[in-house]
Amino acid sequence: MAVQSSPQRAGAAAAEPAFELKASSFTLPVIRLLGHDMDAVESQLAPKVDQAPGFFRNTPIVIDLGALARDADAVAFPRLVGLLRGLGMIPVGVRGGGAAQNEAARAMELAILGDHTRGARQAPPERSAEDVAVEAPPQAARGEPSVASTSMLVDRPVRSGQRLYAPGGDLTIVGPVSSGAELMADGNIHVYGALRGRVIAGLRGDTGARIFCRELHAELVSVAGHYRVSENIPADLKGRTVQVFLDHEVLRIEPIG
Amino acid sequence: MARIIVITSGKGGVGKTTTAAAMAMGLAQRGHRTAVIDFDVGLRNLDLIMGCERRVVYDFVNVINGEANLNQALIRDKRCDSLYVLPASQTRDKEALTQEGVGKVLEELGKGYDYIVCDSPAGIEHGATMAMYFADDAVVVTNPEVSSVRDSDRMLGILASKSRRAETGEEPIKEHLLLTRYSPQRVERGEMLSVQDVQEILSLNLIGVIPESPAVLNASNAGIPVVLDIESSAGKAYNDMVSRYLGEDLPMRFVEAERKGIFSRFFGG
Repeated sequence: MAVQSSPQRAGAAAAEPAFELKASSFTLPVIRLLGHDMDAVESQLAPKVDQAPGFFRNTPIVIDLGALARDADAVAFPRLVGLLRGLGMIPVGVRGGGAAQNEAARAMELAILGDHTRGARQAPPERSAEDVAVEAPPQAARGEPSVASTSMLVDRPVRSGQRLYAPGGDLTIVGPVSSGAELMADGNIHVYGALRGRVIAGLRGDTGARIFCRELHAELVSVAGHYRVSENIPADLKGRTVQVFLDHEVLRIEPIG
Repeated sequence: MARIIVITSGKGGVGKTTTAAAMAMGLAQRGHRTAVIDFDVGLRNLDLIMGCERRVVYDFVNVINGEANLNQALIRDKRCDSLYVLPASQTRDKEALTQEGVGKVLEELGKGYDYIVCDSPAGIEHGATMAMYFADDAVVVTNPEVSSVRDSDRMLGILASKSRRAETGEEPIKEHLLLTRYSPQRVERGEMLSVQDVQEILSLNLIGVIPESPAVLNASNAGIPVVLDIESSAGKAYNDMVSRYLGEDLPMRFVEAERKGIFSRFFGG
């Protein structure tokens, strides 16, 4: 998120670059405000943080104002930022606010982040389908136009370097997935072919999501943040038809069929 | 309109230029009017392999910039009347290739030719994407080793997403796999991936297997496309590849290790 440039430049330093400027995308947690009552926020948030203190400690967090009326009375940013910091988080920016709200946020040195039009309905992480599916074949990008289905079907091989993301639904691949390819879905992922790439199901934390594949050679499998790399997948499961799912927070890989 | 064939790989040194020369010569020998274009601006080699390096006056970049017309830049092959070579510029860099310029040259060429063979530079950067953008068919040249296979796989992904056909939603580019520098003996010893291994990873239509052969280097040095050396195994395999491209159904040759009898061991083979 933060772009750092070197503050002073020595005269002769031109030969050796002191930094590189790069763009990168991050998945950040978002706190979506549903009202102006900061006491209620604090009393409801604190127990959540207590449940998983490791997850929230020093975590950058984005404040989503999309659910609040844009012209309503000012959000109590000083109070909110104070209580988030008190709970160990680092508020980095706001999104979905009106002009006055953004101005107030700026005064608190919060960044104003891009507003996704869809973001007003639900709060996806800061990673949109567009930036992920850059190399998606056109069939995949088009999806199913007639019915408003959120699942995605790709019926050709997924090659090394391609990334596919099915936001809000399942991703089905009819064909092989090469090593170096990456599949992501908010729901389940099905691969009817050899799976050699990386697969991430339940990207937004759906612990009920599963991965199914015909032939397991994956580099990485992950469900709702619980992952296993190839090295930690038992050798007797390699090449088998399996499903991957979460069982009480433990990632399990079991043969099927 | 001519059919545009890109010869590509991602990885360098696998035999793209050799294959482009063989493909173009093979098609021309079968009576099809064929042009072969070197897209490797700055590192041109095709003129050497085709043996026309001393006849280059104007090049691809001159034509794109309007400094010469196509007929001035195209070099007719001395061995085959229906084959023309459009050399790359050696003094420029790849940025000189603009999508608009390349498109215009290909369109103009397309009117007078049956096939246009594009010899892609290595890599997945500008030069390579320009070479494949307008393609109808792609021949992905791969050596039987893991890094080459992975780079080919990456290239296939780019072919499927960043070509004109992908962007306009037309029927996708027809992809073919060509294995080069194949050595059945080394496969047998487990030192090289087999045809089956590579096909399993890439799941692609196999258009040919070219055996490792000293004839390839000799042909390059002499500036004679190896497809003309019909005595050599590589020349035969390239001829098979061209025939398969044109729709003939031929069995793969040179994929099994030869059993050398004691006789041929002593008297050479």
